[in-house]
Amino acid sequence: MKLNKKDLLGIKDISVEEINFILETADSFLEISTREIKKVPTLRGKTIINLFYEASTRTRTSFEIAAKRLSADTINISASTSSVAKGETLIDTARNLEAMNPDIIVIRHSAAGAPHLLASQVKQSIINAGDGAHEHPTQALLDMMTIKEKKGKINGLKIAIIGDIAHSRVARSNIYGLTKMGAQITVAGPATMLPRDIEQMGIKVYDKMQEAITGADVIMMLRIQLEREKQNIFPSLREYSQRFCLNRGNIALAKKDVIVMHPGPINRGVEISPDIADDLTQSVILDQVNKGVAVRMALLFLLAGGHE
Amino acid sequence: MTRKKNTKTVMDKEGIDRCLTRIAYEILEKNKGTKDLVLVGIRTGGVYLAERLQKKISVIEEGEIPLGILDITLYRDDLSSAKRKPRLGKTKIPFSLDDKIVVLIDDVLFTGRTIRAAMDALIDFGRPKMIQLAVLIDRGHRELPIRADFVGKNLPSSLWQAVSVKLVEKNGADEVVIEEET
Repeated sequence: MKLNKKDLLGIKDISVEEINFILETADSFLEISTREIKKVPTLRGKTIINLFYEASTRTRTSFEIAAKRLSADTINISASTSSVAKGETLIDTARNLEAMNPDIIVIRHSAAGAPHLLASQVKQSIINAGDGAHEHPTQALLDMMTIKEKKGKINGLKIAIIGDIAHSRVARSNIYGLTKMGAQITVAGPATMLPRDIEQMGIKVYDKMQEAITGADVIMMLRIQLEREKQNIFPSLREYSQRFCLNRGNIALAKKDVIVMHPGPINRGVEISPDIADDLTQSVILDQVNKGVAVRMALLFLLAGGHE
Repeated sequence: MTRKKNTKTVMDKEGIDRCLTRIAYEILEKNKGTKDLVLVGIRTGGVYLAERLQKKISVIEEGEIPLGILDITLYRDDLSSAKRKPRLGKTKIPFSLDDKIVVLIDDVLFTGRTIRAAMDALIDFGRPKMIQLAVLIDRGHRELPIRADFVGKNLPSSLWQAVSVKLVEKNGADEVVIEEET
């Protein structure tokens, strides 16, 4: 088995076999982060550029740690401190980076499709670390890995995704991935936060959160993108949290052994109540972060060098 | 089209078992018992042999000695040129290697590159007092200055031959065969 791809751009265009192969490889990488010397020489001499046009702590740090634990050299470029601030276009930036011979470029961009554009223009492997409201494939992979570890499988599970589906690349990648893996997805959120074509993705849509999480094995809460409050897509945080905040009351509708996920950063008391976020018998939020490093190590390992 | 293969069995089930029994005694003799002794099997063939050696040693001397599993994929020297990435297996060494006598176990010793990778990996886990090497078959053709401390059988072979150790645990039967395309 191999990952017969130059790039990882989205979950939509990878197969179940490829997802399983990545997750299996990631599983073997978990152990390295538990060692006293958390480093293997695998990607010695490879260069990985993290090109981040949007703010990120978790994802960028996670990619950087993953690369460093594989002995690759990493360079972080954020838009605010680079020539982007001087007006350079994405393609010009990419061509210049290409001329310095990196092996992999990890990109986050506010425009959907930016990684695809880059992949068509440069010979390096491109990993999508989030493009607009389109996809965030590594997040979906680490979520699938977490679910698989906690539940032993994905096939047949009932998974509820709650919140701002329309603007969430995390939701989109997870819906593609989890439905491929055989899960049954329900979503709920304010009408202004549900994409119009959503039922075509093969999922059940509810406007009441309670209906969506009833009997769920997994509840995935999405972050309310506070920066969008100005766009008038929801009236107030208070109203939102009254209807869509996961708390002790409504979580009782889910299965007893339900796990609660959140891609972070969490808005305590808005989409998730603090006592649930911190309850380690249900919340797997920090497990997700832990799996993120392993998933990214696996992808860097599988994509770096050796293409046919 | 599959090409015909000439297959010759050079060791059978009893032969493998006798070799392992002798190696178990040799390990204990050389190290004067099981003090500080740990076994580490190299995936995949070496792991089954290590398990069998662990059992044999525990019969000869009281108590079970620790057994680790090592996947050397991430330490290989041919990864960046490999077209196909080898499947990565799990490494499990749930004990400290500091000041231990580590007996590294593999099925076939050939170029020595696997053992080089394995030693680099072990040293990332700690500072063993000593690393020794036990193999079932030494087929020659070393490309690095490495030799085994415990050898089941020296098997002079040609470079175009394939030597494979088949074990019940993965192949359903115990035998060592030399294969040659005709």
